[in-house]
Amino acid sequence: MRALASWIRAEPHGIHVVPADCWIDPSQPVARALVTHGHADHARGGHGRTLATTATLAIMALRYGVEGEGAVPVAYGEPVALAGGVTATWLPAGHVLGSAQILLEHAGERVIVTGDYKRRPDPTCAPFVPTPCDVFITEATFALPVFRHPPVEDEVARLLAARDAHPDRCVLVGAYALGKAQRVIAELRRAGHHAPIYLHGAMERMCALYADFGIDLGELRAVADTSKAALAGQIVVCPPAALNDRWSRRLPDPVTAMASGWMRVRQRARQRNVELPLVISDHADWDELTRTISEVNPAETWITHGREDALLRWCELNQRKARALALAGYEDEDD
Amino acid sequence: MEAFAALIDALVYTRSRNGKLALIAAYLRTTPDPDRGWALAALTGGLDFPAVKGSTIRALMAERVDPVLFALSRDYVGDTAETASLLWPEPPVPPAPPPTVAEAVTALAAMTRSTVQRDLAALLDRLDANGRFALLKLATGAMRIGISARLAKTAFAQAFGVNVDDVEEIWHGQAAPYQPLFDWAAHGAPPPLGEDRPLFRPFMLAHPLEGAVVDLTQAFAETWAAEWKWDGIRVQIVRAGRETRVYSRSGDDITAAFPEVAAALDIPAVLDGELLVRGSHQGGEAGGAASFNALQQRLGRKIVSRKMLADAPAFVRLYDVLIVDGEDLRSFAWDQRRAALEALMPRLDPTRFDLSEVIAADSLDALAAIRERARDEAIEGVMLKRRDSPYVAGRRTGLWFKWKRDPLLVDCVLMYAQRGSGKRSSFYSDFTFGCWDGDPDAGAELLPVGKAYFGFTDDELKWLDRYVRTHTVNRFGPVRETDRSLVLEVAFDSVHESRRHKSGLAMRFPRISRIRADKPAHEADRIEALRALVRD
Repeated sequence: MRALASWIRAEPHGIHVVPADCWIDPSQPVARALVTHGHADHARGGHGRTLATTATLAIMALRYGVEGEGAVPVAYGEPVALAGGVTATWLPAGHVLGSAQILLEHAGERVIVTGDYKRRPDPTCAPFVPTPCDVFITEATFALPVFRHPPVEDEVARLLAARDAHPDRCVLVGAYALGKAQRVIAELRRAGHHAPIYLHGAMERMCALYADFGIDLGELRAVADTSKAALAGQIVVCPPAALNDRWSRRLPDPVTAMASGWMRVRQRARQRNVELPLVISDHADWDELTRTISEVNPAETWITHGREDALLRWCELNQRKARALALAGYEDEDD
Repeated sequence: MEAFAALIDALVYTRSRNGKLALIAAYLRTTPDPDRGWALAALTGGLDFPAVKGSTIRALMAERVDPVLFALSRDYVGDTAETASLLWPEPPVPPAPPPTVAEAVTALAAMTRSTVQRDLAALLDRLDANGRFALLKLATGAMRIGISARLAKTAFAQAFGVNVDDVEEIWHGQAAPYQPLFDWAAHGAPPPLGEDRPLFRPFMLAHPLEGAVVDLTQAFAETWAAEWKWDGIRVQIVRAGRETRVYSRSGDDITAAFPEVAAALDIPAVLDGELLVRGSHQGGEAGGAASFNALQQRLGRKIVSRKMLADAPAFVRLYDVLIVDGEDLRSFAWDQRRAALEALMPRLDPTRFDLSEVIAADSLDALAAIRERARDEAIEGVMLKRRDSPYVAGRRTGLWFKWKRDPLLVDCVLMYAQRGSGKRSSFYSDFTFGCWDGDPDAGAELLPVGKAYFGFTDDELKWLDRYVRTHTVNRFGPVRETDRSLVLEVAFDSVHESRRHKSGLAMRFPRISRIRADKPAHEADRIEALRALVRD
């Protein structure tokens, strides 16, 4: 039997679409890059041409200075003809603003590269669109059956309860600066928290970018402009690295929280010195990953980064053909 | 069970000792009897359910989750109970409300090997993930949430405004759920003391001298008494109400393993000393004690053979007397207790009891010189005790110090690494290392000589973890074999002949003392160098 999608090669530094000589999320500079979303491990600068959604390009311009002629915007659902008879279509992935799966079509075969994705509703981005294909190249960040993310409403309720329980302290939420921070803020607003939310300096421009794309995050203020006393009883959002940093000394005895899928495992939270672990993830959990594979029902599943052993095992148990790709440089410790 | 589960969860995420004390104290104050008593038993390791083992949980999960997926999950999470609590297939509607702690304890105690699978599952079905975690931790008796029994007792004392030393003392005569203890502390009932029972009294412990501030302004010999630190196990021998018991430092009853010692005490007394085996290894012929290795053969036995009693006879070298003939001497100065102990010696069986010698030293420097000799005499080091110190429970600052001899050092090569558990679950933190069995440049091989999982700082652990991941040549389940390129300086207290290792040697208290990334592997030590340090 002929191998499926032999025109796609997994190389250590990215997925190579051979007939079009394009790379998906390459970790080294290439002539033509197709980028799924703006996180640093997928979107890097220095490529000749970068094809990505308008929002992803705006994020890359903000973070890595990618702009000008090399940046080629694409719209969700509109096929783009590449060289060598390859067509690429960006489809929403539900991960962060602008995130996409990339559907590649060539020689009668359909291949989807998911990038990172999730299936739960997220007020800050378009929802994942399940799309039939022959080869489904999926992420596996949380591919262990212990990872079952609880409803985001429950976690936000715990965050608000911690704020109410400590009127003299503030709650400091560590959240990845792109995506997670804005989602936590948007979910707080949805839960009826309309007080100003205070930001670490590294968050400000990304939140402003989200607002430019029409995502209402309510009133945001800079921690730098606020006195320590005024922060009591407030919610502050910072990048995870700042949680235990000297920066946090300017806050009134913060309750240290972290919004991440890893918080499901107690020792991960302890390693981060977290008092209030919030299991909020922008990645698919075990149930979402396995349900998505069943729903998309590809002839083959290729597994990229994360805990590929377990997802391979699930495919084996469910008589699904699968293999793991060895890609370098993807890190999702900050989800 | 929900309140207990919430307590366990909060304790996991609370770093500060005061924060933990406050959480436990609040729980003990607000939870009704007998739940709080059972919870206290769980926190202090006082519960035992023989039908529930780690293997029970694995078997329970094997019926519900693919074993490969369970193993991968367990490896990642680093804790069997937590893995099971997360993987448990929840029924769509719980069959009953969550059990109380007392209800759960009663059910667990009634389980047998033939019913445990069914009945434990029925309890788990009634709980959420946090509740399942708490239940499984309680059931297997391995809480591992960084709460010592001492901390829990301190929290108990804090909750009810009583003295923690009183709690320790009363504690040992009580069984869970400690109703008389709560009646005393919470409701002012008279303390349930057992005068006529052989109860354990909390040990007085020493601080390491290194890094301590010792007041040397007063005349040394008048202020301090020095003794050898013998290398056996610290024990307390208690006789009361015509019964004698031997307790280890943690308060475990080890009478059954040392019947000859228990049989030799016929005076009502509480004595503190070092349990040793007759021999000539420690302190030469005159010292009369064998190496720790010899004692180890006798530990953990429920029945002791006649041959063992003959080949490795045990005795106690006495350090202190707490109570004798009904008189409690603990508030007296060390000098006075020492005099009482010396006066007591003629009444004790000399084959089973002797007196720990007081070392004559008139300055710390003189003692340092004597301590240097400790290596040759295979003694662990020296002790320094204030002559005016009362016998107080625990480690009281400034009264007693231990001054261990300097460790031995050897350069080894890292061979294998295994992931740790608990808070080190994501780190390769258990290291097996080896020495060369000849000239490495002439084709010698590395033979494993020991395993260590401490001695390094958190930053060094991160470094070692990264090193292991990037120098792996083979994987065997949770174990990685490395490319044998890294030299580790290993510190250890002593080394003995052992049939357990291919090298024929086993180290005592090995720990990683330095990472020698600067040293090429072929310059690490040879087995002969290590063998030369054996003093058996």
